[in-house]
Amino acid sequence: MLTRFFLMGLDKKAGVLLTVLAVLAVAVPVMALGTAPDSPWHLSTHTVALLGKYLCFALLALSLDLVWGFVGILSLGHAAFFTLGGYAMGMYLMRQIGSRGVYGNADLPDFMVFLNWTELPWYWHGFDQFWFAAIMVMLVPGLLAFAFGWFAFRSRVTGVYLSIITQAMTFALMLAFFRNDMGLGGNNGLTDFKEILGFDVQAASTRVGLFVATVVALAAGYILASAVVASKLGKVLIAVRDAESRVRFLGYETDRYKLFAWTLSACMAGVAGALYVPQVGIINPSEFSPASSIEAVIWVAVGGRGTLAGPVLGAVLVNFGKSYFTAALPELWLFALGGLFVLVTLFLPRGILGLAAQLRDRLPARATVTAKPADQKGV
Amino acid sequence: MSTEDTLLYLDGVSVSFDGFRALNSLSLVIEPGEMRAIIGPNGAGKTTMMDVITGKTRPDTGTILFEGRTDLTSLREPAIANLGIGRKFQRPTVFEMHTVWDNLELSLKAPRRPLKTLTYSATREDRARIEEILDITRLSPRRDRPAGSLSHGEKQWLEIGMLLAQDPKLLLVDEPVAGMTDAETEQTAHLLKDIAGKHSVIVVEHDMVFVRELGVKVTVLHEGSVLAEGSLDTVSANKQVIDVYLGR
Repeated sequence: MLTRFFLMGLDKKAGVLLTVLAVLAVAVPVMALGTAPDSPWHLSTHTVALLGKYLCFALLALSLDLVWGFVGILSLGHAAFFTLGGYAMGMYLMRQIGSRGVYGNADLPDFMVFLNWTELPWYWHGFDQFWFAAIMVMLVPGLLAFAFGWFAFRSRVTGVYLSIITQAMTFALMLAFFRNDMGLGGNNGLTDFKEILGFDVQAASTRVGLFVATVVALAAGYILASAVVASKLGKVLIAVRDAESRVRFLGYETDRYKLFAWTLSACMAGVAGALYVPQVGIINPSEFSPASSIEAVIWVAVGGRGTLAGPVLGAVLVNFGKSYFTAALPELWLFALGGLFVLVTLFLPRGILGLAAQLRDRLPARATVTAKPADQKGV
Repeated sequence: MSTEDTLLYLDGVSVSFDGFRALNSLSLVIEPGEMRAIIGPNGAGKTTMMDVITGKTRPDTGTILFEGRTDLTSLREPAIANLGIGRKFQRPTVFEMHTVWDNLELSLKAPRRPLKTLTYSATREDRARIEEILDITRLSPRRDRPAGSLSHGEKQWLEIGMLLAQDPKLLLVDEPVAGMTDAETEQTAHLLKDIAGKHSVIVVEHDMVFVRELGVKVTVLHEGSVLAEGSLDTVSANKQVIDVYLGR
């Protein structure tokens, strides 16, 4: 029953993506650990972490596609859920430092000692346990999304207004986390991590382990999202995207459907953030900045909204481009990103994965009406 | 007749939009199994009446009772739909990206809660019912086509099919034959008459030929309240009705 549920969403596209991920999960460890450092096949720890980072972004893009591509909720604040998941993991990693900090205080992280705090704030309790942090990684973004969605969807806030509120949410979180009083490292965030589950965070083998964990999380997220989208619930979500009030007149409480997808998406983004933090070694409030969320929207648009596999591809490609540009021509990156968004919007409205379908529609013989998503709002 | 025996009971329902009285103390009673045609000039309040019954618009004053006991004025659209009131819109509104089959499956009477739909898989009875509706609406050959690719008339029929799948006690049908050919209009009248055997139906329509085809009791709305009620011949002979329609 459960197996059937998870398998039902898998199509050819999914087969290709999951195969690529499986190859990565084998090839990257072999190339990073099994080859000599001077071999042309060798992957440096730096490269492994970079690839891991791309895949974390891919999971964020996937979660965003679930709400934007399939429910029509354009979130301009999805990085908030990603970052909250990252902070939950960061808090665990901070607690693992123990007495090896600069101040050598076994009970308090360095920044608290620096601020002359004498006691661990209540919300830090439990984060010395991995299982607790792992739950919080999904629970904190999930709860925030649930509360936010509960009010927004019940009040029937939609479209651009909803997008603006999501942007305001991430901006408010950024301002809050910048404050030292939050007890989460303020401006500097959380960093100087030593160990995760007893393994040295810097070690090549740990980096490879984290990479493989990211591949597994991305594959699991993809299978889950595909199953949800292919279920009848997924059909309701698409119907909500295309004609929400019609769905209400069929007797579906559309708020609850949106809330389900929105909360699930936030949990997935939280997991992505949690995997991101140990691989980049730091989490700070700048991750909450509106620009991060907007970048995620661009990845989804480039790859192909509403395709699940497209956003994964888009996130990897755009971030590869970003790594290249920011090294080679740093001052041009933002122009390139902006230009990319304009070009995709104008010429590839369905993204890279939609390109084939788009070309097919251009052929004059196939003059059937192609329905466009989200054109038809209301009744 | 007491209110308990009625299927739908509207009493003194008024709605204003920015000072414009769309419904003005409207009273109307529909009995179980009845089919009623509502006619009236543009702006008479026909669509607003559908909106207040289905929960899209809240009336300012008045009572709306379903089955003589459930007060509809305090419920939201999905709750009203689940009580057994289905609605077909003036402009055919189907889920364009979904196939004809999926449109019907989404409408089919089944638990509407998210977790139930997540694990839903169509039973043999469900599939048989969808096949049956495809036959009735003559959409069998189109079952795997996206609804967006259907012709206007086919979309109207699909939406009627979706109402059938919902199996409501009361169907509100807004201009079902707008934009249809004469042949399609006639078929639609037959279809609605078939449905009327098992359900109550309210049809809003401009097309007098179609209303005559239905041969049911007619209510004439004007400026948000009932102007006349009776057979089409009776109301057509009513002087007030003639004045309203000819704009005198």
